[in-house]
Amino acid sequence: MPTERIPEIGSTVTIQKPAFNSILSRLKEDGYLPIGPRLKDEALVYAPIDKIEDLPQGVSTVQKPGYYRLTRGKHMRYFDIIPGAHSWKQFLFPSRAELFKLQKNGREWERLPEKEEPVNYAFIGVRACELAAIQIQDNIFMRSDFTDPIYQAHRKRVFIVSVNCTHPSETCFCTSMGTGPRVKDSYDLDLTELDDVFVLTIGSELGKRLMTGIPFEDASGYIRTNVEHKLEHAEQQMRRKLDTTDLPELILNHLDHPYWNEIGKRCLSCANCTQVCPTCFCWDTVDEISLDGQTTGRARVWDSCFNPGYSYQAGGNTRPTIYSRYRQWMSHKLGTWKQQYGTLGCVGCGRCITWCPAEIDITEEVAALRNEVER
Amino acid sequence: MSHSRPTLAVYKFSSCDGCQLSILNLEDELLALAEAVDIAYFLEATRAVKEGPYDLAIVEGSITTQHEIERIKEIRQSAKKLIALGTCATSGGIQALRNFADADRYADVVYEHPEYLHYLKTATPVAEHVHVDLELWGCPVNKAQVLDVISSLLNNRQPNLPPYSVCLECKRRNTVCVLVDQAIPCLGPVTQAGCNAICPSMGRGCYGCFGPAREVNTNSLTTILKKMERQPGETARLFRGISGYSPIFQDAADAILEGNKVAK
Amino acid sequence: MIDSPEKILVPQSELLLSPHWAEVMDITPEAEGISTYWLRFTDPVEQETFRFEPGQFNMVYLPGFGESAISISSDPNDHEKLGHTIRFVGNVTRAVSRLKVGDIVGLRGPFGTYWPMREMEGKDVFISCGGIGLPPLRPAIYHIIRNREKYGKVTLLYGSRTSSDLMFPKEYESWRNANIDVEVTVDRGDANWNGRVGVVPMWFYQFRIDPRKTAVLTCGPEIMIRFVIYEAMARRVPVESIYVSLERNMKCGQGSCGHCQMGPYFICKDGPVFRFDELQSFFNVEEF
Repeated sequence: MPTERIPEIGSTVTIQKPAFNSILSRLKEDGYLPIGPRLKDEALVYAPIDKIEDLPQGVSTVQKPGYYRLTRGKHMRYFDIIPGAHSWKQFLFPSRAELFKLQKNGREWERLPEKEEPVNYAFIGVRACELAAIQIQDNIFMRSDFTDPIYQAHRKRVFIVSVNCTHPSETCFCTSMGTGPRVKDSYDLDLTELDDVFVLTIGSELGKRLMTGIPFEDASGYIRTNVEHKLEHAEQQMRRKLDTTDLPELILNHLDHPYWNEIGKRCLSCANCTQVCPTCFCWDTVDEISLDGQTTGRARVWDSCFNPGYSYQAGGNTRPTIYSRYRQWMSHKLGTWKQQYGTLGCVGCGRCITWCPAEIDITEEVAALRNEVER
Repeated sequence: MSHSRPTLAVYKFSSCDGCQLSILNLEDELLALAEAVDIAYFLEATRAVKEGPYDLAIVEGSITTQHEIERIKEIRQSAKKLIALGTCATSGGIQALRNFADADRYADVVYEHPEYLHYLKTATPVAEHVHVDLELWGCPVNKAQVLDVISSLLNNRQPNLPPYSVCLECKRRNTVCVLVDQAIPCLGPVTQAGCNAICPSMGRGCYGCFGPAREVNTNSLTTILKKMERQPGETARLFRGISGYSPIFQDAADAILEGNKVAK
Repeated sequence: MIDSPEKILVPQSELLLSPHWAEVMDITPEAEGISTYWLRFTDPVEQETFRFEPGQFNMVYLPGFGESAISISSDPNDHEKLGHTIRFVGNVTRAVSRLKVGDIVGLRGPFGTYWPMREMEGKDVFISCGGIGLPPLRPAIYHIIRNREKYGKVTLLYGSRTSSDLMFPKEYESWRNANIDVEVTVDRGDANWNGRVGVVPMWFYQFRIDPRKTAVLTCGPEIMIRFVIYEAMARRVPVESIYVSLERNMKCGQGSCGHCQMGPYFICKDGPVFRFDELQSFFNVEEF
């Protein structure tokens, strides 16, 4: 086996599944904290992993609006369960980040020194829709006129092993949003899992370097065809559709439609959809103060347009009703987002559908609005 | 600032002591607290008692006897600010279950000589009897919130009391939704945050001890929970739990019970 | 272990929402519950180089309390100090009310869009504002006075609830001396008042406006803004000549936190000053 060779950028190779552990060890040697799919509380989460055995082998899910269950024993693959209950944004845009602490000195405030350094994450198993979501958040947090230092610090250090989806879940609709299931670019290594091997495409110099000394074989024509077939099959499997025809206009031209009141009756305004969404980016500040008033701190936490306090200011609340909050969310995600960032804010991962306790399905709501409007 | 420390008094009414204990559980911050305020009356912590009036009275427990009505009025008169601490003080607590039943029958069942008991037919929150400056929910309260509220009072600042639901706290700490994932009935979507979502993080449904969040949709949650009931009446009982006497949860339970009657 | 790391810290060199410190030099009470705070950056270089345009705002920070978006109400040409006229209504601004001369506050800014001072040159300017809507327009008035020859007829129609709520009444005389028509109205008259009574939009119609060459600037309570726009449009003032300054809950000032969104805009970044045609399509959508 030609182990002395290093695969070139852009080349596709196969490795035996146990060799994946060498990739993980190499990442750790290089100072990365590998984060990958794991099971917790009967769901898939993204958490630190040490070895391939930590991955949920042979596990799939049944997902429906407001419904998520694991199923086991139908296959022996590691990466056939998607998407995670939470998204990768928890690492790049942490749900709580301490900004600074200040101590009063006379009449002035002095900044207390911080101790820890940011983590170098290696994301193992980023799906095409999730890569698209990361790119959308890049547009938000790393604009030409404003860069978010917390996001950037983590983002520029991240190593990405993407994974092609061969078995999408029932709530997925990435084909409608044009984001998946096939990974196109922006990865260091791209992985497709076949029953016996991992197929890897090298996407960057970092990815190439990491492969040094890992035993591999060039991917044969048979393997490549097999991967193609699996991806085509995955696309065909995706039953759920979101019709994006006229999308910003369909919503923005009908903001006064009585339809919004109907959703308002079902929506709990619990904010779950925005928190599991890989592109939602709203945040709030939290200020703390010591009993003696001499030490204070600021933190940044996730917020949501469904939070009743979100648009509250002295003098009133811009969106005091649940329907207006749902309308804000959907008209932003599938409407004004495009004016702000050039793309829609939805990547079709289906998390907001699965994790909505009220079983509200954004694809069905868009269809219903379209029906109402066209009636 | 030690020469003019504000005086603090902590009182117990009908309750289990758990909320007072969360003040004592502050451990790391307890010394700082004792330096920042003059603990003038706190029988759970010290037998030394200083005379009122006090700058701040913290009241735990609900009002369940005639004597307690009189006592809470006296306390209010001797306190500049009054905080109702915990779900008993803010919505009557578990003892407020008798508000929906015949209290005398309960007494007959439990006690051999109920004639010796002096009790009101209802257990009610402190705010039904006197003006309350701030209500801090929870069974028990979150000690970090207690500390924030006290430091806010000392620093003339608005405390960090979230208006949103427990769901946001669940998601911030990466808890997987027990309602969606395991069909565990959970009041999280309509319950005020502040507890840091402890119950769901332990794989249990929220039972609403922080009371209703702002502008909640209990109707929709009722529809959802009724579909996953493991025993008949489970959803109504969940709403009629520890915060069951709070008007919003009362209405939610009543709506279910009324609906059942109509159905029959 | 399976939980993600609880605490994530930021590299020390680059901080989000990092305040720049300023000292309270003077406090001018303006009305019941409203004062102007005159600030100077503690760093002399920062004070020397700070520039803003009329209509822009700063995030004013009080450690332990938080930040509040406050428009700058002072003269943009005054590089010695910075004025913020603040109404004490929220958690942060109530804490501001307890500040004393010599205290230190944090500032971030200036943020946002500004009144179209260049575009309005050669035109008549009609400023129509109410209550605490005058402070964000005062820098524009100072600018006009300094460049009076560049503008045509300039009118200020300003209203407040009562005569004691009027902002900056001592300055009206000097504004009139600079050939600005200052017209003041109050919602409720009293014994001390013998001027106009009635809300701003009601009086708007009484003024001669040449819609072909007048820019209308408005700021104040949202209900007043709506009616001023309505009245201006009724006078055939094109929507492209109407400018409004809006207010929403803001946390960052940089179009990042999401709170101040209105349709496609982040009010903090794409506003607070808008040309009305930018807003027209959704300005009347309720709770949007």
